[in-house]
Amino acid sequence: MSQPSDLSGVRLHIVTGKGGTGKTTVAAALALALASGGKKVLLCEVEDRQGIASIFDVAPLPYAERRIAVGPDGGEVFALAIDTEAALLEYLDMFYRLGKAGKALDRFGVIDFATTIAPGLGDVLLTGKVFEATRRSEAGRPTYDAVVLDAPPTGRIGRFLNVNTEVAGIAKVGLIRNQADSIMGLLKSGQTRIHLVTSLEEMPVQETLDSIIELEGIGLPIGVILVNLATESELASGDLHAAVRSELDETRIEATLKEAGVEADPPVVAGLLELARQHGERVMLEREQQTRLEAAGVPVVALPDVDGGIDLGALYELANQLCASAEF
Amino acid sequence: MPRQSQTGRLTRGNKPQPGRHTPPRVGPLAGRLADVPVLSVDELIADQDVHIIVCCGSGGVGKTTTSAALALRAAEHGRKVVVLTIDPARRLAQSLGLAELDNTPRTVVGVDTSKNGSLDAMMLDMKRTFDEVVGSHATPAKAEQILSNPFYQALSSSFAGTQEYMAMEKLGQLHAEALAVGRWDLIVVDTPPSRSALDFLDAPERLSSFLDGRLIKLLLAPAKGPARLLSAGMSAVTNALSKVLGGQTLRDVQTFVAAFDTLFGGFRARAEKTYRVLRAPQTAFLVVATPESDALREAAFFVERLAAERMPLAGLVLNRVTERPTPGLTSRAADAAAERLDRLDDIEGLTIALLHLHSSRLSRLEQEQGLRRRFAAAHPQVPTATIHALASDVSDLASLRRVGESLAV
Repeated sequence: MSQPSDLSGVRLHIVTGKGGTGKTTVAAALALALASGGKKVLLCEVEDRQGIASIFDVAPLPYAERRIAVGPDGGEVFALAIDTEAALLEYLDMFYRLGKAGKALDRFGVIDFATTIAPGLGDVLLTGKVFEATRRSEAGRPTYDAVVLDAPPTGRIGRFLNVNTEVAGIAKVGLIRNQADSIMGLLKSGQTRIHLVTSLEEMPVQETLDSIIELEGIGLPIGVILVNLATESELASGDLHAAVRSELDETRIEATLKEAGVEADPPVVAGLLELARQHGERVMLEREQQTRLEAAGVPVVALPDVDGGIDLGALYELANQLCASAEF
Repeated sequence: MPRQSQTGRLTRGNKPQPGRHTPPRVGPLAGRLADVPVLSVDELIADQDVHIIVCCGSGGVGKTTTSAALALRAAEHGRKVVVLTIDPARRLAQSLGLAELDNTPRTVVGVDTSKNGSLDAMMLDMKRTFDEVVGSHATPAKAEQILSNPFYQALSSSFAGTQEYMAMEKLGQLHAEALAVGRWDLIVVDTPPSRSALDFLDAPERLSSFLDGRLIKLLLAPAKGPARLLSAGMSAVTNALSKVLGGQTLRDVQTFVAAFDTLFGGFRARAEKTYRVLRAPQTAFLVVATPESDALREAAFFVERLAAERMPLAGLVLNRVTERPTPGLTSRAADAAAERLDRLDDIEGLTIALLHLHSSRLSRLEQEQGLRRRFAAAHPQVPTATIHALASDVSDLASLRRVGESLAV
């Protein structure tokens, strides 16, 4: 049911996930990982959130490809915040030489109309720009070795990528339609993979599984599931089960604590047991969710839990983990 | 600056563009890392003058759960509540008795009604809400023309902003019904998980600026009358449009806009009315966040935006806050003990693991408290309530009740 996980020929990596699961962070780490072998990678965002700028701690990105990271081996990451309005004007100018009329369109509110009211058009423009960057070449070789797209969340991803059907309702012929067809060609090809970021909680996992079915139904190729924010456990499996059932050996723990020089009065021991119970419960739930994910037939890649939130260092740590995983 | 970049995507004036003017941040210019003022949720839900509670916040922070828990608690404290949810998790929806997307409020079974309260819940169906608006404001013939137009169909089912418009529309309807029939005295609204979560505030203005735009006049001109209305510039525009979209599409757009012309006016008037209701003192906004730097940064944006719009902010709800573990064991003591045990032979790892759990819980707590103090220093006027992180998912009335209890402590 799912696509082969071989990612070697993939040039466009689309990263989606439910809000709050770290989609932008993972997309950024993936761009770094892909560039780490001396490659040139473009990282795009499409939601006007300036998430990339905030993660890399740089000034807001303009509608232009800016180099934001360089590696010792010559690897480079460029970033681009794609803006519907700017994409439309560029598009009109590039394909229809509507330089002047383009400006007139703006005066009449057509740009507003196209980017906000006309359904699907905005998405065609955004994916169109990604398409252009992926296909662009200089001196016979691709400008970018890979393009990573920080895509809209799972709730919107199917609609966002299914540009063909989206514009089908409004444009049966015409240039927009042709454009949508070529974009769809790339998205459905072996050069594209869609990766889903999730935490091990019920709702994000459910959305991930639903999205996989939806995207496969459209004929879009799934890459991997990236599990973020998983709880790590030092407890042995048997202890975890005992902790959940509140059956851990209280007297032994108390004795061990005393040995360690901790004044183990009853509230301290009870507190530790309660902590263990909550932890065990969380880990069990996460394992259940992990099993559900694994049943989807898509490779599952675990990301390390980065202590103290995401900063630049943590981003590089994540990138390193991605490089080390068998999938990338 | 992410704070500014979160403003309404489609409100062009607020759009974050490098080099363009962005609104300044609003708040005290100097503040102490003070204690966080407490938001009393029970006082809020007991206040009979509060008729609407709006929960807003960025995606993934638990808005829907918070709305549902608050609504349940209010109902069990004697309010007659309706909760409007947008896209709840399947099991949460089931626990509220919502089997499918269904645009009518249904009574939630299993609620303690001993204080004469009640709880109804509904899920927003944006397409149906839109269809109903069309149906109730156009003649049957015209309504049919609109409903079958491909532009309308796409707009009503997939346009990214439609959910916000429709959430506003539904809130307006529920409010009118509450006033007229008295079935409810409190409406709790969960806001759509949009890209910029305050889009619903921008909905009326966006609509107005669109309607007043020259595009509408331009598109209406060929449908209504003589081509003499078209200046040279305008015909260049229509030519360009038909080139890009195709002639049939342009005709579809024109029919759509013509058919919608009359409808939009009433729609705008109602959206503006709902906006005024939101501004009135009977409304209370709650900003939902988690104690993480990104979520709090977004919360700061919400708080400032609400203040700028003069919307009545009741406070901040911090979800998934780490609970303080047993007193008497500092994280340093726990780490030291674990280290000592590590050096001994024949010690099972269990106790060491427990000590590590304890100290990492404490350090997470400290980190969260630091973030909260900083937030409070910048926004000292925002009282805060917290919901402790639960080990398990919230998926039934009992766990919603626990969330409500945690919220009220």
